[in-house]
Amino acid sequence: MTSTGFILQQLVNALFLGSIYALIALGYTMVYGIIELINFAHGELFTAGAFIGLIVLSALQSVGWVDSHFILTMVIVFAMAMAYVAVLGVALEHVAYRPLRDASRLAAILSALGMSIFLSNGMMLSQGVSDRAYPSIFGAEGITVMGAKITNGQIFIILLAVALMVALQLFVHRTRLGKAMRATAQNRTMSRMLGINIDQTIRITFIIGPALGAAAGVMVGLYYGAVRFDMGFIFMIKAFAAAILGGIGSIPGAMIGGLIIGGVEVLWAAFLPSAWKDVTTFTLLILVLYFKPSGLWGQGDVEVRV
Amino acid sequence: MAHLALKNVSKSFGGLLAVDSLDLELPAGKILSLIGPNGAGKTTVFNMITGVYPPTRGKIIYDGKTLNRLKSSRIVARGIARTFQNIRLFKSMTVLENVEVGMHCRTKSGAVRALLRTPFTLREERAIENKALEILEFFSLRRYSNEYASNLPYGDQRRLEIARAMAAEPRLLLLDEPAAGMNPSETAELMQLILKLRDTGITILLVEHDMKLVMGISEIVSVLDHGQKIAEGLPAEIQKNEKVIEAYLGSGRKKKK
Repeated sequence: MTSTGFILQQLVNALFLGSIYALIALGYTMVYGIIELINFAHGELFTAGAFIGLIVLSALQSVGWVDSHFILTMVIVFAMAMAYVAVLGVALEHVAYRPLRDASRLAAILSALGMSIFLSNGMMLSQGVSDRAYPSIFGAEGITVMGAKITNGQIFIILLAVALMVALQLFVHRTRLGKAMRATAQNRTMSRMLGINIDQTIRITFIIGPALGAAAGVMVGLYYGAVRFDMGFIFMIKAFAAAILGGIGSIPGAMIGGLIIGGVEVLWAAFLPSAWKDVTTFTLLILVLYFKPSGLWGQGDVEVRV
Repeated sequence: MAHLALKNVSKSFGGLLAVDSLDLELPAGKILSLIGPNGAGKTTVFNMITGVYPPTRGKIIYDGKTLNRLKSSRIVARGIARTFQNIRLFKSMTVLENVEVGMHCRTKSGAVRALLRTPFTLREERAIENKALEILEFFSLRRYSNEYASNLPYGDQRRLEIARAMAAEPRLLLLDEPAAGMNPSETAELMQLILKLRDTGITILLVEHDMKLVMGISEIVSVLDHGQKIAEGLPAEIQKNEKVIEAYLGSGRKKKK
């Protein structure tokens, strides 16, 4: 029963789920890297992205664009969701975190939790409490490789996720602002002394992180076909675990951590009693933290690496 | 006219008067050393000049304009760069990247341009890299370009700090104990380096405990004690100054190496 095709199929599923976790985990890790705060409202930003995607996609579908201009539709859906959530992220930082930047860590965490509840309830009121169906635009077509059926939707989503992560790596390592961002994560005072505008750097972090989360939200909607106001929670928990596993503050760590968490979850559910998949995932997290408390890519000292 | 002037500058932290009515003038293109026992207020002076905190009273005038209340990031854009007593390199960035970050205030590609990879951005990024390599060449650090900063020997890390400060193209450079922890041969090299920097036309304000270095390169030496200037003059004059000797040795306060 465990044919090559089945195994390959599960690996593709693992890659898909892992990429989603990785995209969300990046938002946690980047924000933590810059301001040492866990943005607990990140799961809600992810959900907001899914809803914006739903709204835009439904609108475009009703005018027939999904069939006539497929690529353009996808570009608009993702761009709108990412842009909207980026604005939301910047607003969040401005309202909830900036005033508390010099306050105690606990105050900022409470503010983050408050924003999470606020956004979650806002979405519940505006979008309802039940599942909302996503237009299914990918259908079942795909390619069959060695007995494994890989749908066009899976291919599209995995490629897009990988492209976003590659783009992020290039941004952070090759561009002037990316370097400024890494410098700020390592030493904020020194960065300010070198003329880096810290507020601007933080703002860019709150554009990129939430935008990546929004993209993940749209992907989840497209793939699972439904979204709900509280779906951010379970993804948040998994992605947070991924960020911690990889070493919070580390960008490559978040990517690898996401793939590991997604991989373990999917492969465990495929071959072993699936009720235990979350237990396994978190046991793995505990084990890693037991032997390497700073996570796989984390720095051993107080300095945080992005 | 003085390149940088402190006029009647005071700074108090709660009840402690760290700097007391200090007047200081730096002539352009010269090396002025600020010395004094530990806790005399030297680093406080640096912090006020670079906008870490504003003076409680008095004025800091640079190029004829006051610097009071400007943010640090603005001050470096005006042309004042500094290094710190303890090494503050970006350890998990390469040597080259450290210098590139130092050029931040002289370059301008924003987020939108970076995302769109406009020709302007690409040209600017290439120019940044070339300029950074030139600076590393000047500081004999080019062979380490792609090493992580934390992998460098101590003396080279100190030099990289100065290189990174110079990347901001300052006309006034503040060095806070650059020779701290260096061995005599490294200090001798540093001395040559500081002179070489001065010869490129920039003004240097130096805080240092190594008297050989201070007396060897300074054109003016100012002595602080308890936040007040107790003496100022040529190195030779300062070495003979009674007040200075007393500040260092007299009242049982320990002189740092």
